[in-house]
Amino acid sequence: MLYAILCYHDEDHVGSWTKEQDAAVMTKLTVVQEKLAKQGRLGPVARLLPTTAATTLRKDDPPLVLDGPYAETKEQLLGFYVVDCKNLDEALEVARDLGAANPGGAYEIRPVGVFRPGDVQP
Amino acid sequence: MTDTAWIDAALTSARPQAVGALLRYFRNLDTAEEAFQNACLRALKSWPQNGPPRDPAAWLIMVGRNVAIDDLRRSKKQEALPEDEAISDLDDAEEQLAERLDGSHYRDDILRLLFICCHPDLPATQQIALALRIVSGLTVKQIARAFLVSEAAMEQRITRAKARVADADVPFETPGAVERSERLTSVAAMIYLIFNEGYSASGDTAEIRSPLCEEAIRLARLLLRLFQSEPEIMGLTALLLLQHARAAARFDADGAVILLDDQDRSRWNKSLIAEGLALIDKAMRHRRSGPYQVQAAIAALHARAEKPEDTDWTQIDLLYGALEIMQPSPVVTLNRAVAVSKVKGPEAALDMIEPLAQRLSNYFHYFGVRGAFLMQLGRNDEARTAFDRAIALANTSAEAAHIRMHLDRLQRDSQPRGKKAGK
Repeated sequence: MLYAILCYHDEDHVGSWTKEQDAAVMTKLTVVQEKLAKQGRLGPVARLLPTTAATTLRKDDPPLVLDGPYAETKEQLLGFYVVDCKNLDEALEVARDLGAANPGGAYEIRPVGVFRPGDVQP
Repeated sequence: MTDTAWIDAALTSARPQAVGALLRYFRNLDTAEEAFQNACLRALKSWPQNGPPRDPAAWLIMVGRNVAIDDLRRSKKQEALPEDEAISDLDDAEEQLAERLDGSHYRDDILRLLFICCHPDLPATQQIALALRIVSGLTVKQIARAFLVSEAAMEQRITRAKARVADADVPFETPGAVERSERLTSVAAMIYLIFNEGYSASGDTAEIRSPLCEEAIRLARLLLRLFQSEPEIMGLTALLLLQHARAAARFDADGAVILLDDQDRSRWNKSLIAEGLALIDKAMRHRRSGPYQVQAAIAALHARAEKPEDTDWTQIDLLYGALEIMQPSPVVTLNRAVAVSKVKGPEAALDMIEPLAQRLSNYFHYFGVRGAFLMQLGRNDEARTAFDRAIALANTSAEAAHIRMHLDRLQRDSQPRGKKAGK
């Protein structure tokens, strides 16, 4: 079963990391990701740009375009992983590993209903 | 990340909101700063043991306020001191306070904090130093290093600036729409100054000064989060991101300037460019142009060009034309002339900058650009005169070295003359 692991954190806080701190967190996360990739369990991974770069389209009639993220929350959606796990326990284990590498904030673990990997290359 | 690193980041990110709220409460900058410092000391003690609070800023405001009130009471000796535990137990209080920290206060608190640093009586360098100290929370040592002055000198500069601000009437009432927009304009200009202080560094100091650029970007993003729909703040943020994206490519190993055309574009920071382009796209939708947006749009055209020859100079010429109308200045015209030289040739560009000669008679870049146009036209003697003048006016050794490179080329080219006749 595929699980999406949605990463929430205070982006002001993440933005206050020094370049070195940021790089250190990314290195630690890469270790966890490589382990998953070797097992053939790692799907797409994305780190999103700050919510200031976000635009929201409200599907009113006519649709309304708003600056900023969909919801003003204390913690923001900053990225996500898609991981293949047998069950919730396994998904939680992955989230714990990721969390140990990158503490603070929260992960929302959501089973994936439809998944099309697509074919865009970065 | 270690506990302390985590706490440092949390304190840094909470700082503008916390100091801003404490300032509104105490109406005195020193008291607010001291209250925040005391709250930070308690956080360092409490957070590693009890875990981080859900809302660090609310925690710091609450604790800072209580400690400061106690200090005030203590100094007045009016009441017995409360138990330390009574202040540290914040579970319920934090929740209540979080409720009261609604968006509107938060926004004006931070804006006010930034705004008092823009006091018109303060020279630019003092405004910047003050903002870095009060809003960003950099230490005096860090600021002194970035400004390449001694710690004592910077300490004095900040103390003087603070005294000036303390004497001024800080507007504490919630600003109206016009007032708010005026404050926003001043604050945006100040953030731009911080950035330029770092960006105008020469090669040998660029590394030391780049924290100024990073801090300016952090403040710009913060401001944009508070004013999500302001196209000029989008433009400002985009401009800083797009300029800073080129940082790694701007100087060679010896610290000499590498011009845009000669930069290794693979060293440009793609993530910063993506963010900058996204913001300028968003800003353009508002159809309310302004100087930051136009400058960001120019930077975006450079960023979008994979090779120098892909650059859309026609569009850049038009944008500089728009900027000339919004912000007439000989320097803008000089920049436009560079675009004109690419579109219509050096002759037209030279005609364009001729009328600026008097106003820019002491401006290094004027003679650098003029020399380059003359060189392209093969008027080498005049080019040499312009370059000599540029070297005399150079602000940094890197600038002078760059012009000397042109002179060397003129020297080389003039040797085998005759063989290379015609174009």
